[in-house]
Amino acid sequence: MTIPLAGVATSNAALRNLLHGLPGVDRVGADQRAAMLGTRSIKTTAKAEGIDLAIRMVDLTTLEGADTPGKVRAMCAKAARPDPGDPSVPKVAAVCVYPDLVARAVSALGGSGVKVASVATAFPSGRSSPEVKVAETAFAVAAGADEIDMVIDRGAFLTGDYLKVFEEIAAVKEACARPGDGRDAHLKVILETGELATYDNVRRASWLAMLAGGDFVKTSTGKVQPAATLPVTLIMLEAVRDFLAATGRKVGVKPAGGIRTTKDALKMLVLVNETVGDGWLDPGWFRLGASSLLNDLLMQRQKLATGRYAGPDYFTLD
Amino acid sequence: MSRAEPARLAVRKTYKLYIGGAFPRSESGRSYAVTSSRGEFLANASKASRKDARDAVSAARKAFAGWSGATAHNRGQILYRVAEMLEGRRAQFAAELTEAGTRRAGAVVDAAVDRLVWYAGWSDKIGAVAGTANPVAGPYFNVSSPEPTGVVAVIAPDEPLLGLVSVIAPVIVTGNTCVVVASERAPLPSITLAEVLATSDLPGGVVNILTGSAGELAPWLAGHMDVNAVDLTGVTDRSLAVACEEAAAENLKRVLRPAALSFSRGGKGSGEGKGESGAGGTDWFADPGTGRLTAFLETKTVWHPLGP
Repeated sequence: MTIPLAGVATSNAALRNLLHGLPGVDRVGADQRAAMLGTRSIKTTAKAEGIDLAIRMVDLTTLEGADTPGKVRAMCAKAARPDPGDPSVPKVAAVCVYPDLVARAVSALGGSGVKVASVATAFPSGRSSPEVKVAETAFAVAAGADEIDMVIDRGAFLTGDYLKVFEEIAAVKEACARPGDGRDAHLKVILETGELATYDNVRRASWLAMLAGGDFVKTSTGKVQPAATLPVTLIMLEAVRDFLAATGRKVGVKPAGGIRTTKDALKMLVLVNETVGDGWLDPGWFRLGASSLLNDLLMQRQKLATGRYAGPDYFTLD
Repeated sequence: MSRAEPARLAVRKTYKLYIGGAFPRSESGRSYAVTSSRGEFLANASKASRKDARDAVSAARKAFAGWSGATAHNRGQILYRVAEMLEGRRAQFAAELTEAGTRRAGAVVDAAVDRLVWYAGWSDKIGAVAGTANPVAGPYFNVSSPEPTGVVAVIAPDEPLLGLVSVIAPVIVTGNTCVVVASERAPLPSITLAEVLATSDLPGGVVNILTGSAGELAPWLAGHMDVNAVDLTGVTDRSLAVACEEAAAENLKRVLRPAALSFSRGGKGSGEGKGESGAGGTDWFADPGTGRLTAFLETKTVWHPLGP
């Protein structure tokens, strides 16, 4: 695929030409392919490895109005050691919290190696001024966030004001920089696919986010249904594959919201392997945003280890 | 009968499982042929797998909060409603039981209805019998009251209706939810009973009925960490009973041993049996007493300071 990328960010017309020039998504075909890949049977040793990989990919998330420092501290302890009774369980990739709790999470995680992600830019609606969004991002970065999960302005995207969305992402990307030490925060761009109406829009929004400098494209906030469905994740994986081919830059993917069971997680891993290959089967390039998923992964892991079904009474709630 | 009306094609019932208030087929897709006592083919019943058992436990756990939180009066009324629905299907059950080889089927259905009504009456009385106000040496008002233990896995006896009702009713009337493995030989009345339960205000998931092999399912249920008690009444194989008790010990489940395999008394059942093919020799017509009710209760004791 040859895509003229030079100078697209100068005008709405240029962006529209590019995004509307992308091939359309065959909705029935995408649904069917995702459903077909979802029927793969993964058992025994492959399942055990899949579960451990999925645990390493989890962004353990708490995004409630009722979040307290205590809850964040407890979640961080769980992130670093998901099953205190079994040291062989790997730690998760990151915790994901609201900006005001980033400092708490950073101090709770210490040198455990678990990253701290923060949502920003007036999450989850994204309805605020660009200045506020950039300031919120800078606040989270200053507090020590390793990753920023921003939401795009869906209203602007749906009205066709692609340049506004582009410029906002670029501005937030700039705010993610740490000029001193070079450890810039990674930027994940939440498309909120449940509000984008069509698969074509999902493909366009993915390209827009990647062109504007996003390091990850993420499906959803988790506050809107439907969230991370298999077909939407498939389309985003295809977009990052094509973007790599067109530009040479590799972008990660993070489905989030509605992934609750081990089976859901393993289906996602199959989708990754079959769409973009095992280059993305790594926490650096693929994440699972979830809160209740981790307990199900731990229960399935225990089932494989002990041979009997595990019960939720034996795992922490948060 | 149908020979007289050759124009009409018989519409036969598909016997499926009863999980979470729905009637799914086995996840495994398996089924097995059920025959009458004379060896004639009756129907194919679903042969539940361990994953169906796991799904049933999830459904039972989900239903537990609502059912145990309902008032005793409400639970009693619903059990009484089950009895009413069962009464309305008297003829259907009598026919199914006769095919399964049960003698005096009408009397058995009557006894099953009466058994439900009897247990329904216990719903708001068991607390007074199994609970106490304790005299303690201190300025406290001290009360012990029985509470449901949680999710109970029940291996039902090979007594298709009366035995089945007699093991389900005492478990649920106190607020437990259950996963029942029906008689492997005669599972059809259990699924018809599930239709009764599904139409009698009983919330979905309170009773889940699996058909298939108890030998295959019981060890999984006994080892399941989210099951709080096992009723092994229908287990006739001594080594299976031992294996289940061992698996149940892992998370300290309550265990109700099969009477016929009672370890302490050397294998003598509690009653004579009335020739109803009741393996284990339990007389299901006899007054059951409160033993089955109290087997699945936990005692909560509260110390409340007395005011001056």
